[in-house]
Amino acid sequence: MNARDGILGRIRASNHRAGPVSVEQATRNAERIAAHRPNLIPARAEGDAATLTTRFVAFAEEVAATVNRVADADDVPAAVATFLASHNLPTELVASPDPALDAYPWAQQPLLTLQRRAGRPEDVVSITGAVLGIAETGSLMVRSGAKSPQTLHFMPPNHIAVLRAKDIVGSYETAWNKLRERMAADGETFPPRTVTLITGPSRTSDIEKTSYVGMHGPHRLHIILVDGQDD
Amino acid sequence: MQPTAHAFKEVSRQKIADPDLQRALLKLKTDFRAKRVQVVNRLPEFEALRDEAKKLKDHVLENLDYYLETFERNCTAAGGQVHWCATAAEARDTVLRICRDAGAKTVTKGKSMIGEEIALNDHLEAHGIKAVETDLGEYIIQLRGEPPSHITAPAVHLVKRQWTETFRALHTASDLAPDRPLDEPRQILDEARAMLRRSFFAAEVGITGANFLIAETGSTVIVTNEGNGDLTQTLAGTHIVLASIEKVVPTLEDAMTLVRVLARSATAQEITSYTTFSTGPRRATDADGPKAFHVVLVDNGRSDLLGGEFREILRCIRCGACQSLCPVYGAVGGHTYGWVYAGPVGAVLTPALIGLEEARHLPEASSFCGACESVCPMRIPLPSLMRKWRERAFETRVTPAATRGAYKLWAFFARRPVLYRAGARAAIGLLGALGRKRGRFRSLPFAAGWTATRDFPAPEGLTFLDQWARRR
Repeated sequence: MNARDGILGRIRASNHRAGPVSVEQATRNAERIAAHRPNLIPARAEGDAATLTTRFVAFAEEVAATVNRVADADDVPAAVATFLASHNLPTELVASPDPALDAYPWAQQPLLTLQRRAGRPEDVVSITGAVLGIAETGSLMVRSGAKSPQTLHFMPPNHIAVLRAKDIVGSYETAWNKLRERMAADGETFPPRTVTLITGPSRTSDIEKTSYVGMHGPHRLHIILVDGQDD
Repeated sequence: MQPTAHAFKEVSRQKIADPDLQRALLKLKTDFRAKRVQVVNRLPEFEALRDEAKKLKDHVLENLDYYLETFERNCTAAGGQVHWCATAAEARDTVLRICRDAGAKTVTKGKSMIGEEIALNDHLEAHGIKAVETDLGEYIIQLRGEPPSHITAPAVHLVKRQWTETFRALHTASDLAPDRPLDEPRQILDEARAMLRRSFFAAEVGITGANFLIAETGSTVIVTNEGNGDLTQTLAGTHIVLASIEKVVPTLEDAMTLVRVLARSATAQEITSYTTFSTGPRRATDADGPKAFHVVLVDNGRSDLLGGEFREILRCIRCGACQSLCPVYGAVGGHTYGWVYAGPVGAVLTPALIGLEEARHLPEASSFCGACESVCPMRIPLPSLMRKWRERAFETRVTPAATRGAYKLWAFFARRPVLYRAGARAAIGLLGALGRKRGRFRSLPFAAGWTATRDFPAPEGLTFLDQWARRR
């Protein structure tokens, strides 16, 4: 008997069954999976757009992300320049090859240079989009793909994420549904290779149970939140 | 690792006398406990989420074969390879084979308890493959040659001075000055980050654990704060996920329910910095990611555990809250438990995995105060399960003869209430009379365990049962 059959056989014996679950039970399980029914969602994930945006910002800032809320897409390059200057960071950025980033008038900030590629060891600042923001914990949902290398979310010590305010949802479950819909609309197979919920910069509490920001991932997570930007 | 659980009593005496350990544990007992209460109280639905989490995992255990097969089908469809391993040895060999096929000389590792359980690092090292732990806490204990002392805080037994000493002694790269400043946590973090970046770029294989497996999508999930798990699995050409079979849940929605209780219980956070869902290897259009994706499913006794009286321990999501809140763990630290799992979860799991003979002290190392059960996000009745091990130890004569004799004597009286009450009245009366003058005893026959460290107060007045009867 191979290991697989042995494990499945012992699981069945332990559950007082001679074989697989009954046909009825298998149907119920399959329906349970297909339904994507959420379990209990906390009330803090409910609210109108303004409430959820405020909540998103408050939770993100609580875990040491910084948020700069700007009126529209035209303000993004200046917001990036301000962030870089305030931390004395270089003006060379590595940017995800995401067409969404082309919506911003980079020419207004001639000192900024954007290289569109995956991450490399020497990168200091990355700028990427974010699929969605999740109000219940101030989390960003990012994904891997041709337009969004996962390395840009983790390798550089500084990560700037541009998020449209209209992409803020209340709960994790709503975020999964939106991602499913968008990928279906784009003819992509759900889910992407990786989806990450990012909540604040990287941190560790391994030294004497004290939380320090900045371990293996970004030391700084700066979210530029854009109001009034349509698709 | 070679278990030392049989030496629990001797080791605990050393640990209680270790001032560094006691200082390290103090932070866990004060700051962490207060923060956990705060973060839990902020979420009014927390208790209801615990109920849902329990219900969900009970459903999974009842249908575990169904969900594992569904996971396998969907993981394979996404281009992953699923390996079933009945024993620790099979799992070690499977990982070694994948590493060899990938031509690996160096592998990076994210934190994995099942990796500790199957003693993977030693196996890889013995076959010439360098395994580098990349979680900061796991990294320093690997440098020191120690096992983790806590599920989510593996180096919680160390004080800052020991970090500095360890790095200075064992980081001997030529570009590091022997007298470099290393007293501040920031300096320790930066040095570890720089050292481990070299490993991330060198490694041919990255190995992570899995907090959950998603049947619906064939995805694996890791929950981390440092970002090391994501670098481990993104930068190497091959990603191996180690997961015990009870980690599977039906859907992404189900995983989110567990995510909501996990970090709050483990680290008193609303959610950890990174929660990553990985599905198969790099796709044709992906800009980065591993070319191969393997999931090694490990049973190692769990399918049998499922059919017995310890089934409920399989709901455990390895948050470590029972360790953080346990007064015994807080006094002796994790290493005293002598194997991979310390604290109340270890007291239930360790006898099942390495045998009651070796681990017989662990279920005894509890006052049954119930703190563990009161904080367990999965509502595992840990004290009841420990009591079952005590019963089994008694029945199978693993319990020493003198202790068994004392239990039997007590049971004789407990089953004869009239005799018990008369005996208790006589004993209380005698002790009360003897101790009336001083109010306490410095020593008493059969009570040396108590009086060695503190006086025994002399009884005043009636027995509990007599007082109870009078008040009613």
